[in-house]
Amino acid sequence: MVKSTDLVIIGGGPAGMSAAISAYNNGIRDILILERAETLGGILQQCIHNGFGIHKFNEELTGPEYSWRYEKQILELKIPYKLNTMVTEFTRDKIITAVNEQDGIFKIKAKAVILATGCRERPRGALNIPGTRPSGIFTAGTAQKYINIKGYMPGKSVVILGSGDIGLIMARRMTLEGAEVKAVCEIMPYPGGRARNVEQCLNDFNIPLKLSHTVVEIHGKHRLTGVTIAKVDENKKPVPGTEEYISCDTLLLSVGLIPENELAKSAGIELDSVTGGAVVDQNRQTSVKGIFACGNALHVHDLVDYVSEEAEIAGKSAADYIKNNGMSPGSFARNIIIKTGGGIRYTVPRKITSITDAKIYFRTSGIYRNAKISIKEGERVVASIKKKRVVPAEMEMIKLTGDNIREIKGGIVTFELEGLHD
Amino acid sequence: MYDIVIIGAGIVGAMTARELSKYLLSVCILDKESDVAMGATKANSAIIHAGYDPKEGTLKARLNVLGSEMMPQIAEELGVRYINNGSLVIGFNDEDAEKIKTLYRRGIANGVKKLALLDKDELLNLESNISKNAVCALYAPTSGITCPYELAIAAIGNAMDNGVDLKLNFKVEEIKKNEDGYEVISSFESVKAKYIINAAGLFADDIAKMAGDTSFSIHPRKGEYLLLDKECGSLVSHTIFGTPTEKGKGILITPTVDGNLLLGPTSVDITDKTDTSTTFDGIETILSQVNKYVNSIPFNRVITSFSGLRAVGGTGDFIIKFSNDNFISVAGIESPGLSAAPAIARYVAGMLKETGIRLEKKKKFNPYRKSMHFFKNLSDEEKNRLIRENRKYARIVCRCEMVSEGEIIDAIRSNPKATNLDAVKRRTRSGMGRCQGGFCSPYILDILSEELKIPVEHITKSGGASNIIIGRTKGGEQW
Repeated sequence: MVKSTDLVIIGGGPAGMSAAISAYNNGIRDILILERAETLGGILQQCIHNGFGIHKFNEELTGPEYSWRYEKQILELKIPYKLNTMVTEFTRDKIITAVNEQDGIFKIKAKAVILATGCRERPRGALNIPGTRPSGIFTAGTAQKYINIKGYMPGKSVVILGSGDIGLIMARRMTLEGAEVKAVCEIMPYPGGRARNVEQCLNDFNIPLKLSHTVVEIHGKHRLTGVTIAKVDENKKPVPGTEEYISCDTLLLSVGLIPENELAKSAGIELDSVTGGAVVDQNRQTSVKGIFACGNALHVHDLVDYVSEEAEIAGKSAADYIKNNGMSPGSFARNIIIKTGGGIRYTVPRKITSITDAKIYFRTSGIYRNAKISIKEGERVVASIKKKRVVPAEMEMIKLTGDNIREIKGGIVTFELEGLHD
Repeated sequence: MYDIVIIGAGIVGAMTARELSKYLLSVCILDKESDVAMGATKANSAIIHAGYDPKEGTLKARLNVLGSEMMPQIAEELGVRYINNGSLVIGFNDEDAEKIKTLYRRGIANGVKKLALLDKDELLNLESNISKNAVCALYAPTSGITCPYELAIAAIGNAMDNGVDLKLNFKVEEIKKNEDGYEVISSFESVKAKYIINAAGLFADDIAKMAGDTSFSIHPRKGEYLLLDKECGSLVSHTIFGTPTEKGKGILITPTVDGNLLLGPTSVDITDKTDTSTTFDGIETILSQVNKYVNSIPFNRVITSFSGLRAVGGTGDFIIKFSNDNFISVAGIESPGLSAAPAIARYVAGMLKETGIRLEKKKKFNPYRKSMHFFKNLSDEEKNRLIRENRKYARIVCRCEMVSEGEIIDAIRSNPKATNLDAVKRRTRSGMGRCQGGFCSPYILDILSEELKIPVEHITKSGGASNIIIGRTKGGEQW
């Protein structure tokens, strides 16, 4: 038996919850959130540090507090959700197969679907670090789950590879739990996480950040006994003679996040090879009509505030799509491709399909000072922003108004960056 | 007193135990590790070779061809995945072409069926992603792939279901011969048996020495591998070999039964029998080789690397012999040991028979074992029926490989029982997917702790001192 539902949201983390509330506020009532974990809130539940919500709520909340702001609304609005529910199949005609203990395996046919499936951490195997395969190697997020959710201590002397935000947060967390964090190694010449986290999580605790360093060998037969680190050259290759052995029982990996898009792939949705997320238009609609994507499943965000903001767009767009019986939202159709010029790593969205306000998030490919980022049609500047400093770790945004879009006559605009490369 | 003690729970010990479990004999398998299949069986190419490689007239040739013919039925009975995908040895020049013809002739002499020599067009028709520089190939349609540790686990599980005992963490320190047989002694306990079968893999020479046989020695030859994401498994459908060199069959490219793509192995003689580390050079060697055979291998989709140690006997052939009275050594079982294992088991049973032991068939022998992945293969209706009986089959613990709590508990409760994270992984595939256990290991840790009734602090990754966590942050055992 296939049940019909107007809107199914896959994932009940910050993106899924925000999208659901936005769809509700835009008139949709028949909503179902499917969440595979035992609670709503996703990864926020294990992020017990503060710093969430500065942009959204003008407050510094912890992860669970930020999540609760949304959970409360879900409960008040009586938006249905199913926990411990894993979506196992998803087709482009929006039939979802899922499984949980109450319902067993069940199918739902949706008018619209929002993919808010989040992201996963890149594991050790993806890095090809030579050496043994002992216990004591964790991704930073898994270690965070052990400590903050389970109350288990993963180890007592720690090296962290990668300076992504979770790695930095975990350097502080492990230190606060009494472990010794001996070094954070970053293969790039600049930190992967936000400057604020480098300051508050490493510098405040005198934890050395070794830039242009990586782990070149793992030691220990049963439990990790140490790692060999080395300096890398500009091609990220280890420099012979710079090896240094650090004894430790724990290695945390914070070497990148990968959007979870197995379901998107199974539905034949076009993916962006840079972000790993779906290619979307400014309504966060994917290449399959009626399927939307938002949050870290779309591209890895730096702040949850922007996840919520983006999910609101997806929620509203899905609502419009359902209300218009599958006609694309925004009647003034356009077909504009956004291209990236030098210095820009990616933009989300990559397409503009209607004359409605468009928030375009982007990341730069390096550190630039006195940067001017412009959206140009040929030589004409459609919109631009100026920034004292831009870094790859921090997302930036340019807003295009309906009027800006109306002025674009052709089918291509280009993102360009001018500035001093650091 | 057992009739027979088998030392070593790798593929040879496993197949032998299962073969002997058909008879009215008391059998016990010993292994020094915390799980079965922990040596070469755990990390190899997983190929069921057709049998054109080994020299004519060798035991290797005979047992390879026979074993690979037996494999489909055994896999079926044990519920183990086996895919008859065929293999290709590809050549790039005249010299390769000559070697390939030699392999062809050898294969025919060994009794390999359906072998064919292919020209370039035939090759590219069969496998479109092969390098355009390839000019010829040997096609062996009877070659297959399986999951070697799954096969060993299932064979031992089936043997145990048919009455065989298994003792893990049993490191043989001494073997005493007395009037009525042997006493096999570890630091903690000892078992007695009339017959001993030494299937100790890399350590078969050490075990043989304990029985006074110093006629052979085993040395380790390391093979490193890279495993790519399941999205890459369809890059080739056959197992692709380069033309063999003096150092062996060389690096291969193959889909696995799970749909991943496997690249490797390297071949480096080492001295430490326990050194299964991967190396920078090894990884580089694989990367530089495989590109020559197959186009556009997506190296950025590597999910893990690992290495295994071949037990090289140095005679060029398997060493299967009496080391002492009623003491059989099965040693030097390097490639094609996996393919030959079922035939080796039968061969060993034959040797036992020659000593006068009575091999009387059990009436109640059950050759079948439920597949470890049976749940996945059910229809939705059948799954729902099972879920109504046991809700834990509906709770997905490993998200990448879609493994339920019910399946994990099955792995912990069925023979041979999983007692650590890697053992659960080898039985269920939990933690083997693209996130490599990031999501599921915290849950499996708790399930193991609850099922085995031991504190989480004592749960290990793979036995020994490989504990996952060192204590509690609050309450419980403080670290």
